[in-house]
Amino acid sequence: MKHNEIAQSDLLKVVPQVLEAAKRAGAEAAEASASSAQELSVTVRMGDIETLEYGRSQSLDVTVYFAQRKGSASASDFDSKVIEELVAAASRIAKYTGTDEHAGLADASDMASQLPALDLDHPWQVDTNEAVELAEQCEAAARAVPQIVNSEGASLSTRRSVYCYGNTHGFVSAYPGTRHSLSCIAVARQNGAMQRDGWFDTRRNPQRLQSPEAIGHRAAERAVKRLGARKIKSCKVPVVFVPETAASVLSHFFTAISGTALYQGRSFLQDTLKQKIFPSGLDIIEQPHLQQGLYSAPFDSDGVATRERFIVKDGRVQSYLLNSYSARRLGMKTTGNAGGARNILISSHEQAQKSFEALLKDLHQGLVITELIGMGVNGVTGDYSQGASGFWVAGGTIDYPVEEITIADNLRNMYKNISALASDLDERHNIRCGSMLIDGIAVAGT
Amino acid sequence: MDQALQIARNDLLLAAELDDTHLQKILSSLMVPGIDDAELYFQHGCTESWVLENGLVKEADFDLKRGVGMRAVSGEKTGFAYSDEIGLATLLEASRSVRCIAHLGDSHTLQSWQPSRYPQLYPRSDPAQSMQAQDKTALLYQIDDIARKSDHRVKQVMASLLSSYDVVLVVAADGTLAADIRPLLRLNVSVIVEENGKKESGYYGTGGRFDYKDLLAKQGPEDWVAEALRIACVNLEAVAAPVGEMTVVLGPGWPGVLLHEAVGHGLEGDFCRKGTSAFSGRIGERVAAKGVTVVDNGTLEKRRGSLNVDDEGTPTQCTTLIEDGILKTYMQDKTNARLMKTPATGNGRRQSYAHLPMPRMTNTYMLDGAHSHEEIIASVDQGIYAVNFGGGQVDITSGKFVFSACEAYKIEQGRLSHPIKGASLIGNGPDVLTKVTMVGNNTELDHGVGSCGKHGQMVPVGVGQPTIRVEKLTVGGTDI
Repeated sequence: MKHNEIAQSDLLKVVPQVLEAAKRAGAEAAEASASSAQELSVTVRMGDIETLEYGRSQSLDVTVYFAQRKGSASASDFDSKVIEELVAAASRIAKYTGTDEHAGLADASDMASQLPALDLDHPWQVDTNEAVELAEQCEAAARAVPQIVNSEGASLSTRRSVYCYGNTHGFVSAYPGTRHSLSCIAVARQNGAMQRDGWFDTRRNPQRLQSPEAIGHRAAERAVKRLGARKIKSCKVPVVFVPETAASVLSHFFTAISGTALYQGRSFLQDTLKQKIFPSGLDIIEQPHLQQGLYSAPFDSDGVATRERFIVKDGRVQSYLLNSYSARRLGMKTTGNAGGARNILISSHEQAQKSFEALLKDLHQGLVITELIGMGVNGVTGDYSQGASGFWVAGGTIDYPVEEITIADNLRNMYKNISALASDLDERHNIRCGSMLIDGIAVAGT
Repeated sequence: MDQALQIARNDLLLAAELDDTHLQKILSSLMVPGIDDAELYFQHGCTESWVLENGLVKEADFDLKRGVGMRAVSGEKTGFAYSDEIGLATLLEASRSVRCIAHLGDSHTLQSWQPSRYPQLYPRSDPAQSMQAQDKTALLYQIDDIARKSDHRVKQVMASLLSSYDVVLVVAADGTLAADIRPLLRLNVSVIVEENGKKESGYYGTGGRFDYKDLLAKQGPEDWVAEALRIACVNLEAVAAPVGEMTVVLGPGWPGVLLHEAVGHGLEGDFCRKGTSAFSGRIGERVAAKGVTVVDNGTLEKRRGSLNVDDEGTPTQCTTLIEDGILKTYMQDKTNARLMKTPATGNGRRQSYAHLPMPRMTNTYMLDGAHSHEEIIASVDQGIYAVNFGGGQVDITSGKFVFSACEAYKIEQGRLSHPIKGASLIGNGPDVLTKVTMVGNNTELDHGVGSCGKHGQMVPVGVGQPTIRVEKLTVGGTDI
């Protein structure tokens, strides 16, 4: 609510204050993080402003270690009374948790020592009126398309936050970041049936946002293309996943190779290091230092330096995603992935210059999946069954829209059966991937 | 004075050195011409969690949350600000931004506060305080021990205890003054079993708005573990699920997630007012087979989806959504009710002070029909019986919904045969209930673990139904 600037220096003071309090409470080691965010968001619907939101939030997290026993506490407040309360709560909890030989901070030698400049902070001095105007332009572009009869509105949001992490190795560091988004959801109607779809863009730097008109128009186009969608007969066909749905299918790979899933024994990719999971020629790279990258970070949430590396090379798993705890559990070294993977790039040797249209030619007859819904993924077995909609492709071109179907297979098969990738990367997602062709997926319809 | 109100005033206002005259001053400052209503929502909450895995209580966390959300409504427009800082200066400053939402219009005056009247559906205490820390960890170790001793195939046991305690206070210019103290407790058990190199998992969870004594009153760790283990072992035997349209029998209780996805979201007042729901403008029409009655009931004692008052201070109620197949009414918050000129139904909910309220479900379930469970299974020649689900999702505009089974069986000649692997079921919300051909007489509610997401906001909910037989649902298996 208060529109004062978030000061990085405040967080850099709070975190050591928490660590000091933890030491006073007798903790052998401690770590703390603080973040502070400020946000403005506006929504315009049917040509008029609908909501105007101002938000300010803070969070503070502390973890204390007493002889390999761990306790954590968090709050939405930096007040010194609250700090004492949190440290006391975490210390109290640590009396009851089990003695865990693997518990503790990441090794001091792994702490990020030099922070790369990642260009993540681009505050947008947009005032409320301007923000409303941009959202209006965006929605107007969608509503200018004849079949668009209704709208869920267009929203613009701008957010700046500062994240700070420190631990009793003496590491303390902070960095700011911004995120600006513009989105639109349009509703199209034909013969009494409605279809809804949307489009959005999100960037660190507001100047790189797609134009409001482009976003609105794309949202409308996507909703209109779904009109007249029908079910198809059940079949087993090759499927093209557009970049958004390809990212969704691949996201389960990153869950499965995360250290936590692996040491808990609940991953369908248990013991797959150096094994071939994807076809030859497919590489997966993590790029945490991408300039202006949406998921870039100089250090992970253990304070460990992040670094660019291959996760998959030529189809083989090169590295799991480990934080310091899961690494110890598995007898390995941390990969700087506390908090997850950051800016994933999927590429293949043959993908260069292959357009989406060329991929449809490869597909010849089958489905393009543009949306996946549901929760039908079993992370332990890799069994996959999700609701879907998209388009039927015949003779290498889109024939008609399809809905109310499911696609099902096992994820291991799906990964193995990726037969081509297009070059139409989607920069908005943490997993940047082009459209992806997978052979032989079971489709349930009528 | 109401006890909840007294606790909320002490907890939220006194600590921030705010009194009634301050609140009046802030609300008056918001009520410029054109503003229909203005509201302050104060919240203070704490959550506690204990997590066991690999035979160790590895993690425990305590979280403290406090903040205020301020809202001004003008016709279809809403101005909103939130902060984790509760103080007069911050609130007055925010009111200047929030009230900008007003277009020129009528002036409304501040109404005098009328404390809402409502029953007390759950205890006014923090569930975390109802059991000692060492007893919580002992309970988790007991779960681990029982699971590992009951079956040698058990390779992993994960269990957690999560409790929260929320104090909310709503004051609005329309005279609303309400406080609510909301306990919530949840237990999760999941096991992984392995046999001949094949792994499967099973999950059981239970909870509600009550304390540890209530949690342990009806069932104990043996029961929880047995159920998680049973599901895991059933899935070890599972064969590939069939593919295509077929008759589906849904078991009682948790499969009510069908109602939540297929019709529940589509009957929320905001979507219906804006005309974006497949159910918009269909009140009075047949949307389900005869014999199908669906209610949303926020007044069930100690249920996870229940509330004494919703997040706008409106007492909750039991709303009949569909009666004998006919669509009766939508679920409303104050804003959508005002715009649609219909009463609010106590469904205005928000995830926290940092989120705007909107129409949300509470406990949504189907009432009893005439048939017995056995009769319904016996009536099916070829089909599937689905009894446990992972969750679901809906596109309220096209009406297409999906829900994912994690325990299901084939039905052959009126009898349950092989268990089948998890599969998603997909259908069309506006007509799926017209394909219900038998309704059981065994309505059950779920075990109290449901959470519902809408526009990025999560709230606890309940679902339920009797056994029902549905024709022609699409089953998404791989056995083609």
